[in-house]
Order: sequence, then C-alpha cells, then structure tokens
Amino acid sequence: MTIDAARGALSGALTDAVPTAIPTSTGHFGRFGGRFAPEALMAALDELTTEFEAARQDPAFVAELDDLLANYAGRPSLLTEAKRFAEHAGGARILLKREDLNHTGSHKINNVLGQALLTRRMGKRRVIAETGAGQHGVATATAAALLGLECTVYMGEVDTERQALNVARMRMLGAQVIPVKTGSRTLKDACNEAFRDWVATVDDTHYCIGSVMGPHPFPMMVRDFQRIIGVEARAQVLELTGRLPDAVVACVGGGSNAIGIFHAFIPDESVRLCGFEAGGDGVATGRHAATLVGGSLGVIHGMRTYLLQDDEGQTLESHSISAGLDYPGVGPEHSWLYDTGRATYREITDAEAMDAFALLCRTEGIIPAIESAHALAGALKVGRELGEGGTVLVSLSGRGDKDMHTAATWFGLVGENENEDEGAAR
Amino acid sequence: MSVARAYERAAAEGRAALVGYLPAGFPSIEGSVRAATAMVEGGCDIIEIGLPYTDPLMDGPTIQDAVHRALVGGVRLADVFRTVEAVAATGAPTLVMTYYNPVDRYGVGAFARDLKSAGGVGLITPDLTPEEGGEWIAAADEHDLDRVFLVALSSTDERLETITGACRGFVYAASLMGVTGARSAVDTGAARLVERTRAVLEKQGDDLPVGLGLGVGTGAQAAEVAGFADGVIVGSAFIRRLLDAPSERAGLDAVRSLAAELAEGVRQGR
Repeated sequence: MTIDAARGALSGALTDAVPTAIPTSTGHFGRFGGRFAPEALMAALDELTTEFEAARQDPAFVAELDDLLANYAGRPSLLTEAKRFAEHAGGARILLKREDLNHTGSHKINNVLGQALLTRRMGKRRVIAETGAGQHGVATATAAALLGLECTVYMGEVDTERQALNVARMRMLGAQVIPVKTGSRTLKDACNEAFRDWVATVDDTHYCIGSVMGPHPFPMMVRDFQRIIGVEARAQVLELTGRLPDAVVACVGGGSNAIGIFHAFIPDESVRLCGFEAGGDGVATGRHAATLVGGSLGVIHGMRTYLLQDDEGQTLESHSISAGLDYPGVGPEHSWLYDTGRATYREITDAEAMDAFALLCRTEGIIPAIESAHALAGALKVGRELGEGGTVLVSLSGRGDKDMHTAATWFGLVGENENEDEGAAR
Repeated sequence: MSVARAYERAAAEGRAALVGYLPAGFPSIEGSVRAATAMVEGGCDIIEIGLPYTDPLMDGPTIQDAVHRALVGGVRLADVFRTVEAVAATGAPTLVMTYYNPVDRYGVGAFARDLKSAGGVGLITPDLTPEEGGEWIAAADEHDLDRVFLVALSSTDERLETITGACRGFVYAASLMGVTGARSAVDTGAARLVERTRAVLEKQGDDLPVGLGLGVGTGAQAAEVAGFADGVIVGSAFIRRLLDAPSERAGLDAVRSLAAELAEGVRQGR
C-alpha cells in the first residue's frame, strides 16, 4: 500500500463508520452494551458522545489525527508474511498485521491519540487510564506527554509487579502510576479505581478507556479509532494475495485489537472472524479469562455483556499469564458478534500461547506480546483447519519486550543463568 | 411503615428524616442486624441495607473495606434477605442499596418478589438510571416497591425530570461529585441541587421528598443538610465507628451514639 493510499484510509477508517445502525443511539449492540453508570457521569458521557460525533465529521480533527497516526505512530503498519511460522500451520499462509511496530509497541496508540485529541477538544486538562499489561498505560502516558496533558494511570498491584518495565516507562513519560491494592489487584480493579477517580474529577478529566468496553459511547468510539487496523489490513491483503483472507484472527481480552481488525471484514461473509480468549490453565479448571467461552450474561463496568461471575452475580477473578487479557468482562460488540454467530471465540491456554510465543521468536525473529501470542496459537489452529491454500490474517497486536521477565521464568531461562552463576562461583 | 410515611412523620415533627446505611454481613452476618438495630434505636428513621458486591465502583475506601469483609465472611443473598427481614422487624422501613448486577443475575422479578416477602420496601440503585431500568421499574410496580434513583450535581434539568419521574419513595441527591465517604464539609453545590430537584418535582406536580447523601458524618453536618433537604443519609461514618471499635459491643454503642448525635442534628437544622 502506498503512503498516499494509506493516508486516505486513515480518514476513511474514522468517517466511514458514520452513521452505523450498530450500536443504536443509546449504545446497544442487540441486547448488549448500553450505559449502566452512575448518574454523576451521565453528563460527561453525553458530552463525549456529542463531541466524538462532531469531531469525526470535522475535517480539521480528522486531518490532525491522520497526521499523528502517520508521522508519530508510524501508520500504516506493515503486513508481514510469516512463511517459516506458517510451516506449522497446515500449509496455510499466515499474514501478520504488525501493530507491534507502532510507536509504543502496540495497537493501543491508535485509540489513545484519538481520545487525547478529543480531551483537548473538550477543554479538559487531564487524562486517566486503567491498564493491565501496561500497553494502554504507556500509550496514554505517551499521548499525554505529546499534548501536554496531566496523566494518571491505575494499574493492579499484581500487574505492576509482572510488568515492572512498563511502570518505569510510564513514569519516565511523566505519568503518575497508582498501584491498585483492592480486590484481585489486576485490570478489573484498576478499572474500578479509574471510575472512582473520574466521578470526582469529571469536570476537567477525561477517562481514556483502553478497550471497547465501558458505558456508551466508549465501545463504539474505541472501535472506530481502532478500525484503521482492519481497513489497512484488508487493502494490504488484497494487494498481496489478490483476494480476501479466509480467516481473521485476534486475541480477545476487552477486545479492542480484535474489533479493530474484524470490523472492516464484517460485511465480507466469506471471511471467518476468529477471536481467541485467554484460557489460563484451561476453562475446565475455572482458572481462566475466557469470558465468552466460559461466562454468562450480566452487567459490569457500565455495560451489559458476558462476564465471569458466580451464581449470585459476584465477579469471579480471572486468570491468565497475559496481564492484558486478565479481565473478567469483554466488549459488548464481541458478545453481540458471538450471539449472532458472525464471529467465533475459542480459548487458548497459557501453555499453548507460550508455545506460539517461542515459535514466532525462533521462526520469524519477532518477539510478540504474550497477548498476541494467543492469536498466534489460534492462527496455527485455524491454519490447520483451512489447510493448503488457506490464508489467515493475524493481528499481531503488540511486541513482547515487556514480557521478557514472564517468558524467561516460563521457559526457565532465569534458572539456567542462575545455575551458571552458581557454577562460576564454585 | 413505608418510606413515604417515615418522611411524612419527620416533616410533621418539623425535622428532616435520618437515613442510615450499613452493608449486610458487616461486621458479621448477625452483627449487621445488631448494628442496624442500634442505628434505629439511636434515631434512624429509615435503613438502607447494602448488598455486598465485588466491584463497588461508587464507594470509597470505608465502604469498600466493609463490603470486602462481608464477602470474605461468606455473606450470600439469602443472608441479605434475612437481614432485611430482621431489620424491618424493628419497624423502620428498610431498603436495599445495590449495584445492578446481583439483581440482574438473580432475576429482576424474582429479586423484587423475594425482597417484598422479606419485608423490604424498595431498592436504591447507584449504577442504574431510569434509561436502563425498565425491567426493574416494571417489577417494582408489580410488587409495590419503592425505586430510588440518584441525581447528581452534574445532572441537567432534563435528566432531573426523567429521574424524579421514575423515583418512588424519595429522590437520592448525591451531595458531591465523588465516591462515598465522610468529608470535612458539605459541598456548596448540595443545597442548589436539592433546590433544582424540588423545582423539577414541583413542575411535575409531585412532592416526593429529597434525601441528601455522600460525605455527611457528623451532627453538625446533619443539621446543615437538614436545613435544606428532607432527609439526611449517612453510611461511611457508621461503618467507621464499627471498624474502629475494640469490640462489637463497643462498636454498637458507638453506632447508637452517632445515630443519636445525627438525630439531634436533623432536629436542629430547622
């Protein structure tokens, strides 16, 4: 794809989505979504809805966002064919949409640049964010530094430990990082704390939600900022292969990279949309984060969606080796795609994800985020199902630098070094 | 007694009503009945029993702590209904304050039915607005229960109309932009919010009482709020007394004496 064509696509990604029947004007995707939020936030949610609708039809706003996406974030991102990796995928072609190459190392920057510009447009001076793996927190801290906004990031204490490098990155960028010590001390609790901050500061603060979740308009707005992934990838695949892919594969936590790459393909009925959730130790063990595979209908964080809950509606703790997927809810549009059957969702266990993580490292020289490794493991399965002649487009949503500590522990790399050190000492 | 009757009685006495909040299961399942009873003995007119929930995103650290302890203590919905039954037996109208998901999960109609049969008089729903509350509004009508939605400093007049139109029992005015928890001063916007809410009610030909909550914790603050609102709602300050007490008995005494201080306050404000 030429740069000029890509720039055209950037504008198109935001404006083409106007107006759509999904969601409705009240933010409902079928029976999902909506706005289950405290009254104190309703005025801000209405303002945000109005400002977003105006902004995406404002050529000046779109031009500024396009400029940042092209000249700051590095869009369009590459499409890389993974030929050696594909040798393990039953003869199917595997095409990687390289969101890992974006500035800050993941797809999160697409959404954050849009919301940061909106924050400024609304005359607010501060952004807050929740983060799991730290990818969204780093992206938000980055955009805040770029636009001169104050930034506070809430992160579960468990995640600050397993993603310590990203905590340091956010602090270097000038953000205040607040470890959340309540509940399961992961992403869910970081969301709670960010909502609590927002209720008290909504006059001058925008809550920059990092996924296609939360009360309306967030699931729609974040989708529309992320749909650039699929708009670009669809054109790139057509240019490279002369036809549409047979399947589009992505990992799903809250589900923003998945919606981002799926959305442009929803009208293409021949294209299978395959989401892969974090199966942890396996859904059967109860220790997982596979909301659609193993959850039930309810309300969490402002939206009606599938979630992990007990028989009395108490949220269950999710488990995943991937901090970014370790969340007991899922964006309402995924619940809708699941119910309608337009997309399918399966689980990938920690072990399967880590195998795919290692395989991509060794076969392609690309270190993926552990989140994205769930999509890669899924791509191997889908590739084998499609067989010879099939084409699988994979959202490589982020890079794995932040995950080296987890990977080194998982693969025993730390242990070997310790043994060597011990040997040297003796 | 109904919530409306409790407000009428307070008004007839030339004072504001005192509304006390406590989560079920805190400090223990039986202890929460004893504590709520002490609140009534001290002078609370109406009791809100909190339904402990894992993700209380409108609550500050004090209520989070209490709710967490209740959940760790194993409180279940059956305990919540039993607590409501025991507290309602004191004669004080007893509402349940709950986030929406446990109600949704239980089944809105079944929840309304079981709340009613436990002697509960309605629900306060901090994360449910009338726009998403159709099912609950219908169930409340069917089972003759009060539905208390919140208004906030940021609510537009248009939203005040929608919300007050959907309320029954009273309107819960959140005194400040923020989570629950005692504050050193009542927000200056609180009186204006009550005034705006009353104006909207008047326009609709309604005389629903307006209770003010969030951040109130002392007799002096209760007196100040009683000067402009029909009801004064206190939660975290009661919990704080129980958390800080060396024994349950000392905690119950402290709760009773705080209720008495607040009851004195709501009588001084007029």
